[in-house]
Amino acid sequence: MELVFALVIGALSASGVYLLLRARTFPVIMGLTLFSYGVNLFLFATGRLATGQQPVIGTTSSYSDPLPQALVLTAIVIGFAMTAFLVVLALRNLADNENDHVDGQREKPAPSPKHEQEVSSK
Amino acid sequence: MSLPLVVLLPFLGAIAAPLFAQGGRTAIAIASSVPALIALAALFPHWSVLSAGGTVLHSYDWLPALGLSFSFRLDGLALLFALLILIIGLLIIIYAHYYLKAKENVAKFYSLLLCFKGSMLGIVLSGNLLLMLIFWELTSLTSFLLISFWTHKQDARRGARMALAITGGGGLALLAGILLLGNIVGSFELDDVLAAGDQIKAHALYPVALTLVLLGAFTKSAQFPFHFWLPHAMQAPTPISAYLHSATMVKAGIFLMARLYPALAGTEQWFYMVSFTGMATLLIGAYIAMFKHDLKGLLAYSTVSHLGLITLLLGMGTQLAAVAAIFHVINHATFKASLFMAAGIIDHETGTRDMRRINGLWRYMPHTATLAMVAASSMAGVPLLNGFLSKEMFFAESLQLNLPGLWAWLPPIIATLAGVFAVAYSARFIHDVFFNGKPVDLPIYPPHEPPRYMKFPVEILVFVCIMVGVFPTISVGPLLFSAASATLGGDVPDYQLAVLHGFNLPLLMSFLAFFGGLLMYSQRQRFFDFHARFREIDGKAVFEAVVSEFVDLAHRFTAWIENGSLQRYAMLLVVSVIAVAALPLAKNGLYIGESGLSPVDWPTAIAAGMLIVSALATALWHRERFYALVLLSVVGLIVALTFARFSAPDLAMTQLSVEVVTIVLLMLALYYMPSWTPLESSRIQRVRDILIAAAAGTGMTLITLAMLTQPFSSISEFFLENSKPGGGGTNVVNVILVDFRGFDTLGEITVLAIAALGIYAMLKNTALTPPPGDGLGHPWTRDHYPLMLRQIARPMLPLALMVSAYIFLRGHNLPGGGFIAGLITSVALILQYIASGMIWTQDRIPFRYHNVIGLGLLFATIAGAGSLAFGYPFLTSTFGYITWPFVGKFEVASALVFDLGVYMAVIGATLLALVSIGRLSPHSAIKSKKEGV
Repeated sequence: MELVFALVIGALSASGVYLLLRARTFPVIMGLTLFSYGVNLFLFATGRLATGQQPVIGTTSSYSDPLPQALVLTAIVIGFAMTAFLVVLALRNLADNENDHVDGQREKPAPSPKHEQEVSSK
Repeated sequence: MSLPLVVLLPFLGAIAAPLFAQGGRTAIAIASSVPALIALAALFPHWSVLSAGGTVLHSYDWLPALGLSFSFRLDGLALLFALLILIIGLLIIIYAHYYLKAKENVAKFYSLLLCFKGSMLGIVLSGNLLLMLIFWELTSLTSFLLISFWTHKQDARRGARMALAITGGGGLALLAGILLLGNIVGSFELDDVLAAGDQIKAHALYPVALTLVLLGAFTKSAQFPFHFWLPHAMQAPTPISAYLHSATMVKAGIFLMARLYPALAGTEQWFYMVSFTGMATLLIGAYIAMFKHDLKGLLAYSTVSHLGLITLLLGMGTQLAAVAAIFHVINHATFKASLFMAAGIIDHETGTRDMRRINGLWRYMPHTATLAMVAASSMAGVPLLNGFLSKEMFFAESLQLNLPGLWAWLPPIIATLAGVFAVAYSARFIHDVFFNGKPVDLPIYPPHEPPRYMKFPVEILVFVCIMVGVFPTISVGPLLFSAASATLGGDVPDYQLAVLHGFNLPLLMSFLAFFGGLLMYSQRQRFFDFHARFREIDGKAVFEAVVSEFVDLAHRFTAWIENGSLQRYAMLLVVSVIAVAALPLAKNGLYIGESGLSPVDWPTAIAAGMLIVSALATALWHRERFYALVLLSVVGLIVALTFARFSAPDLAMTQLSVEVVTIVLLMLALYYMPSWTPLESSRIQRVRDILIAAAAGTGMTLITLAMLTQPFSSISEFFLENSKPGGGGTNVVNVILVDFRGFDTLGEITVLAIAALGIYAMLKNTALTPPPGDGLGHPWTRDHYPLMLRQIARPMLPLALMVSAYIFLRGHNLPGGGFIAGLITSVALILQYIASGMIWTQDRIPFRYHNVIGLGLLFATIAGAGSLAFGYPFLTSTFGYITWPFVGKFEVASALVFDLGVYMAVIGATLLALVSIGRLSPHSAIKSKKEGV
């Protein structure tokens, strides 16, 4: 079970990091979302994997660790706030720069081959 | 109490003095003298203790844990320096009164001067090394301000900056050295450090500590190769030069070496480092001084040379040499301060300091000339003046150094040679300025004597020069003895202060120096020609070049690291994290801890497989944004299921509702954004990114695996045990959130609120036109709000609200709570926006989300502050039981109010964010602006 869980976190991190390195805002946001899934699961796993031991007093005989759960719960909500903020940043970038590149550059007009020829013939 | 007062008084004076500026220059000068007068009166009663060889200690705790205390200590050495600082300070105030022009900012001048005086007194009176260091830095700062007093002059600003850079840098070295010393001794108290000399010198870190401390001292006292800042500091007004650069600040480094003499001196390292530095400085300073045409430049290099002399004496390590060093501190301060003042008078009366133009002033100002000539003779070491006495002691000591073989000749030769130079430049100061023909093209002509009392401070100092020179034992004997005894830690060697010690080798050296110097001066033109053949190394130019080189380097480095590309920053960030983690991970490899692996069940394995595939597919197909988003939502759902599978129902519910909101948010964003990501990165770049991602993924897998298979213990036992009896709830996660760690939660909902407000602010005046279709040429559907969705969504609202109320209320005991209930309510409301549109929904919502957020935070804070009223700490919760009709016995915890705050903050923040985005498109913006969302 531990190996499967570790692989899940690995896959989430890998695809998250790959998207994080992309040049456009939307994939980066998706990448961050994937990465934060991975991180949340990792934090959650610091309390170890337990089956049927929800930390509600009186429902089972032994309980899983409630502290990582409380941490992750707020992390999920804060993560959402961060995602929303990033999305808005991306939209604002789109509105101001008329493109969605993460570096905020205005799109350079690609010189047409014809134009290049004109320049070189001069 | 009197010692801290002595240090504090000038600072108080610095605050008070500007108040007298209105009363004119005389008023402020008198007001500025008061602190020094009181301080002298406060020091006077201690003399009886000090003359008996005792010390006075006044100590108050400051940060005892760090070894830092307000500890002030007075002994002979401290008294000597304190007197120099106070008395010369008083004379400077009188002098400056005549020197400064009426239009100048006298308030600033006196205020800074007093600040500097207080800092200097702090250095010499500190009984704690850390405290001394604070004052040490204060002198660097205040002297920076004083040197750059004429802020309109570029040279003054540059000189000040250089002085600050050099002395400040030395201060850093000193800090490190003092921390090492404190670490070796175990205390920063001066008494302890001085008593632990043997322990320090035997310690392995002694060479490092000594080097660092000496770096501090050498930079401050302008020792070679750090000497070049001092001549450039001459851009200061002359009273400042006379005070800082003859009597006080540059002596701070000397003071430090004398102060720590018992703790640090007496080793070979000390001898070689200190004496050779001193020797080099002595010679170089004296040599350059000869060729300076600027009066103050000559004095500055001569000061460098004399500081080198004192350093050399301290470095020799013999007790007699230390006595001579202390003696020369007094003598140099008196004749150099008076010479600076005289130079200032000449500058004041002629308008220039260029010795090629100032000639024959004897005819115009005989009084000043006499004073300056006596002081300059003392500098040259003419008998019957104080400079002669200490120089004679210096010559005697230079013969006593037991260097091997021919090296034994080096100190006396250098001493004599420096003496020759000193006589030559002193002779130049006298002859070139006061005789040697007529003045050439003076800006102010004819020059005349300055105001009567401008000469008064010079007269006093020159008087001291003569008194000490003729009657050394009576005038300065007791003070010198007391200071020497404090420097040497008690045992003072036999020494005689006499005008003549008979005809011996030192006297011969003096003669040699005297006549050699006069000869050299008479042949000066040859030396000038000789010197002119070499290109002078301009310390300032070198310094500026080094500084600008560093700045360039920093710029280049910054430009290289910070090129404006977020994509690259992200890459560097990830790569550096991988690099940091790589070594320990590579060492462990595939590590499986003691707990081992547990078996896998099929459903879990299948779900995990789906998650992995979806995550990788999201990355693979990210250019097709919509599909990637769908795949992303699959990942999110399985993550929620994972929480449920591994005993975390609260997390599962939270994740599920957040997932819904997130996907809605991203779809909303996609509505405005292009649906495709263009292929921009090259193949190499993609392969590189895949490798980075694979490394990150592998690393996370290895770390997780290693962690999960380790046995562990948790502090959660406490929470499990106290949740019910202490927090009144059985859902431990919720009790942690609203009770045990309530303060964290309060912070978190505040962050949430700030994020939402930030979103609102960022989009307030932004308009985005969505593309007309999905990018493939398909237009958006015309049926914006489908009938079926509308019809289903409306009855869902009350149901969803009821569910969320239930989830909210049971949250303390069963999975649920404010966060989850808030998210469920948000989802229900968002559904209305989606189904029926912005305008329709907004019309039916009677409040602004800003207010909801605010109320939420208010509730949470009030719930926390309520406990204050009952005398409990912030956020203490209480609970009780009430009986409701039909429901029965019911538990109510005060944490419920807090959770209500969480609930409202979550709703407000979520909806404010989404509605702000939804409002972006022009057709919904018009209406909602009217409504004022």
